[in-house]
Amino acid sequence: MPMTITEKILARHAGGDEVRPGQLIEAKVDVALANDVTAPIAIAEFEKLGVERVFDVDRVILVPDHFTPNKDIKSAQQTKMMRNFARRQGLTNYFEQGRVGIEHVLLPEQGLVLPGDLVVGADSHTCTYGALGAFATGVGSTDLAAAMATGKAWFKVPESIKLVYYGTPGPWVEGKDLILYTIGKLGVDGALYQAMEMTGEAIDRLPMYGRFTMANMVIEAGAKNGIIAPDDATLDYVRPRARRDYEILMSDADADYAYVMEIDVARVKPQVAFPPLPENSRDVETAVNAGIAVDQVVVGSCTNGRIEDLRQAARVMAGRKVAPYVRMIILPGTQEIFLQAMKEGLVETFVNAGAVFSTPTCGPCLGGHMGILAAGERAIATTNRNFVGRMGHPDSEVYLSNPAVAAASAVMGRIASPEELGLTPD
Amino acid sequence: MLQGKAWLFGDDISTDHIAPGRLFHLRSNLPELAKHVLEDARSEFAGEMSAGDFVVGGRNFGLGSSREHAPTIIKLAGVSAVVAKSFARIFFRNAINVGLPVVICDTDRIKEHDKLEVDLAAGVLRNVTRGYEESFPALPPVMTAILQEGGLVPYVQKHGDLEI
Repeated sequence: MPMTITEKILARHAGGDEVRPGQLIEAKVDVALANDVTAPIAIAEFEKLGVERVFDVDRVILVPDHFTPNKDIKSAQQTKMMRNFARRQGLTNYFEQGRVGIEHVLLPEQGLVLPGDLVVGADSHTCTYGALGAFATGVGSTDLAAAMATGKAWFKVPESIKLVYYGTPGPWVEGKDLILYTIGKLGVDGALYQAMEMTGEAIDRLPMYGRFTMANMVIEAGAKNGIIAPDDATLDYVRPRARRDYEILMSDADADYAYVMEIDVARVKPQVAFPPLPENSRDVETAVNAGIAVDQVVVGSCTNGRIEDLRQAARVMAGRKVAPYVRMIILPGTQEIFLQAMKEGLVETFVNAGAVFSTPTCGPCLGGHMGILAAGERAIATTNRNFVGRMGHPDSEVYLSNPAVAAASAVMGRIASPEELGLTPD
Repeated sequence: MLQGKAWLFGDDISTDHIAPGRLFHLRSNLPELAKHVLEDARSEFAGEMSAGDFVVGGRNFGLGSSREHAPTIIKLAGVSAVVAKSFARIFFRNAINVGLPVVICDTDRIKEHDKLEVDLAAGVLRNVTRGYEESFPALPPVMTAILQEGGLVPYVQKHGDLEI
């Protein structure tokens, strides 16, 4: 029976030859992941289960990235609980503050998630790893506790939708713009319970960082997972990092899809998603014409915290200043990216421009710390959600964009296009 | 039989409406966090609702984060079930795992503070105020069993393992 890549990965991990959409399966997980928001509950639930040891000390991964460096006493207590659990269990992949990065940037970088894997994470953006050709989905803490104990989880096999991206993107159009545009077409529940398989010549040409950004945001269309079949670019990324075997799987040409949608990327302009939903994506010109003043600009997050993202923002900021009374906050995804940004002089560019350059953290993306909005304030951010109250006060607003648009907005003090600064793309 | 009155919330109620990050200093004290449940959608809800009442949503209830705090504090607040036209999948799964009943059915005819009765086993929602019934599909047996035990952990504690 022909199958999609999602179905093949689920079938392999369920120990069978095939699965069908709608089927309930129990499957082995390759990685079970939690952060400092979700791990404390998962650990408490794990301990209630009466199980002594986690199923595999190498494959239960704890990443304290949300409220770290410890924001307050409560955060310190939560990470202490994680640290103690990691020590007691002898976990090999607990990342202490100073070595930690944003989980969905860190795990691929460290070669801890690989093509063909089945990954559950107690974080909704676990779907990021679909960029590697893995099946990865977000679960809650209780599901994660069960996976930590048993190495298994139950799933309903999703039906797949196939998104075919063709054509050549215009200037300043990144993976972020393709996925915001797609969410705008599908709506925030358009892919509910489904797998979003992203394919086509424009995806073939999209570098890995853009693929991670796209897979990262499929949850914002309600999808269970997003997936991009591995190719040479994937293997170039994975080979130097992998420390265990992995499996390259592809969809069969005659696999069944709920439907196929074709997207001409030549028609996609840089996007800005207006509050309060990621589906409110519009061409940047619309935002520019509306004259939307901003108080804060955030570049970073599991969506756009990779070195290429920082390079794009730095290119815009080079020799320019953040507008008066505007705060710009840069959050590199990992310590490796932090170091690389230093070596390339990006940090100097940002600091000279008058921006904050932070240690890796999820921080303001979820209204945690490191840049919270007051009532009535407005931010443009390269993050993934613009829900009510997401970055602070319920009466604040978040607009979403790619890093170059965010940086141009920091310079202008209002939502702006890099073209307004006379810049031409690389 | 679950009984209570309806509190209407529209489409796309996010986990940030239910349990916002700005209140996460309370995340290790869930009963306290529950006093703020759904505050950013309807600020009066937590203070005015009665035990047994229903949260009634539109489409895509619970979109966003995987934070289990969201269904947990709805349950802790005393809500007997969330009724919505559709749910975001992580929220739905978490709700079952923490023992919060979730009902998928049409909610357009339900008005604010209508008296509702829900029979989970029979798959029937009765609007007592307006005098009509909606049926809804029963959950798969394993999920019904998890709900009956009060969540996934009590279920595994009692049954030893999770068999599909």
